[in-house]
Amino acid sequence: MTAPLMHNSSATPADRSARPDAAPPGGPAAKTNPAQARRRWSGRSRKDFVVFLAMALPNLVLIGTFTYWPLINNIYYSTLDWTLGSASATVVGLQNYVTFFTSEDASKVLGTTAIFTVLTVGGSMVLGLLVALALNSKVRGTTFARSAVFAPYVLSGVGVGLVWLFIFDPGYGVLAWILRGLGQQSPQWINDPQLSLVMVIIVYVWKNLGYCAVVFLAGLQSLPRDVMEAAALDGANSFRRFFNISLPLLSPTTFFLLITTMLSSLQAFDLIRIMTPLGNGTSTLIYEAYLQAFGAYNRAGYSAAISVILFAILLVITVLQLRFVERKVHYS
Amino acid sequence: MSAPAPVVEREEPQQNAPLERPLSKSNLVQTVATGYVPLIIATLVVFLPLLWMLLSSFKQPGEIVTMDLKILPESLNLQNYVTAMTTVPFAQFFANSLIVTMVGSSVKVVLAILTAYALVFVRFPFKNVIFVLILVALMVPAQVSILPNYILIAGMGGKNTLWGIILPGLGTAFGTFLLRQHFLTLPPSILEAAEIDGAGHWRRLWQIIVPVSVPSIATVALVTVVSEWNDYIWPLIITDRPETMTLPVGLTLLQNSESNGAGWGILMAGAVLVIVPILLVFAALQRYIVAGLTQGSVTG
Repeated sequence: MTAPLMHNSSATPADRSARPDAAPPGGPAAKTNPAQARRRWSGRSRKDFVVFLAMALPNLVLIGTFTYWPLINNIYYSTLDWTLGSASATVVGLQNYVTFFTSEDASKVLGTTAIFTVLTVGGSMVLGLLVALALNSKVRGTTFARSAVFAPYVLSGVGVGLVWLFIFDPGYGVLAWILRGLGQQSPQWINDPQLSLVMVIIVYVWKNLGYCAVVFLAGLQSLPRDVMEAAALDGANSFRRFFNISLPLLSPTTFFLLITTMLSSLQAFDLIRIMTPLGNGTSTLIYEAYLQAFGAYNRAGYSAAISVILFAILLVITVLQLRFVERKVHYS
Repeated sequence: MSAPAPVVEREEPQQNAPLERPLSKSNLVQTVATGYVPLIIATLVVFLPLLWMLLSSFKQPGEIVTMDLKILPESLNLQNYVTAMTTVPFAQFFANSLIVTMVGSSVKVVLAILTAYALVFVRFPFKNVIFVLILVALMVPAQVSILPNYILIAGMGGKNTLWGIILPGLGTAFGTFLLRQHFLTLPPSILEAAEIDGAGHWRRLWQIIVPVSVPSIATVALVTVVSEWNDYIWPLIITDRPETMTLPVGLTLLQNSESNGAGWGILMAGAVLVIVPILLVFAALQRYIVAGLTQGSVTG
């Protein structure tokens, strides 16, 4: 689960701390006794300084130590030839990056990452939009259905992965049983690398489409009603209303979801680890970084280099989002 | 629009919209086909796998390792739960998960309240810079930091300890951000009485700001509880002994020891134990959780 990104996050420079009584001297009191007033103000200011640090510093130190410092460390580790657990390491410069990009790993891992990201993002957004349209109809039970489709998003990826692994089990799974009923053999979901990737993508979409649905639904419900009614009176049928009016007006929501789901797909770990522990066919950047350091190889420096590459990709996406949001998406 | 649109007379809109008569037969069919059928399908797609998990958790190996599918278990037999708990120390995993979730979330919520209050109500230079740093931290995924954090925590002796699991996640950018945005919407007048009273920041925070912000704090708390309970990659890396494993990591251990077909019932019992607590919390308080997780998506 990733923290949501905000559309207009930084657009609130308001500051409640600059209260009139705490402002620099200048009022009537200051006229009668400026020295005393100034002393009182600076005393209060110093006190506020201490209060601020007492309240915010623990959190800031934790964020600095476990979020910012690792980013710098990762870059340093990525320049080392270093076995995890070993006391010595040699500086090799950019060798880990060269190794990654010149080996077969690069095309395999980057290809898997691209397929996984495109299909999970596309799948959960398209299905999420369809579910949102269904939820937007004026029938009873939509509130319940909305919660129901959102539920998988908050469930443990480990639990969900196990449940679906059982469903996909070629011997005793429900899917195999249904296929046998249709006279078909169950595909080897676990042993075939390509099918493993398909399987993980299906489960990932199942788990995440509810998030897209709820966000799309909020977008649909905030569409200007008069425009929709005018189009209906003009005789536009519901398909045309959807493609010519709703979809273009939804573009800020669509863009927001595109970015957030892309960021979380690139960080998907739990399902891959549970359903395909060896990463056979499902080794995305994040999983490859995990396997290299904590799987069989203990290649810490190499793993750090892959993490840095992943971080660079995430950074580019985030920067793109911030730029786009600032310039184009402020529509109201 | 291509077709010459007929001008609708405002006086008689009913005649131009015969489909909207509530009880006509075609209207009923249309409502069922476009309204209820997609909703029911979507709900079933979510619920059937979870129902299957629950049903299978009561099935004995003979009911699972069979060619003809049995939908309902023969009895509500708890043998799988017993086996799961004796194969691996499940009660210990459950306790560890509870401790990690409770301690981690409580500290995070308190830190978020304090930081957000300081950012909004206390005078300090460079507050905007600090806020931007928190905002950027919100976008740094924990996954890219696992190796450096592992080296750091293992070096501090935190491997296979509960504090080693809890500590790196304690800094909270998400909660701080959400609460700051909420505090900014509070009317300044609510603090005026307290200022006249001469109440200090500490009293203003706990006696005025926190009581009026309960829904936002609940949102932060619930989202934090859910993500702490489900957290997997970090506890997986920092623990390798059962005594300190959390439930998701323990399930991985169970998966390794029950990897034959007959073990599915036991694994489903384990999945129930990790999924159902959060499902219950979600069912009871979904309003706050959905709001917290989709916050900012439309208007922010």
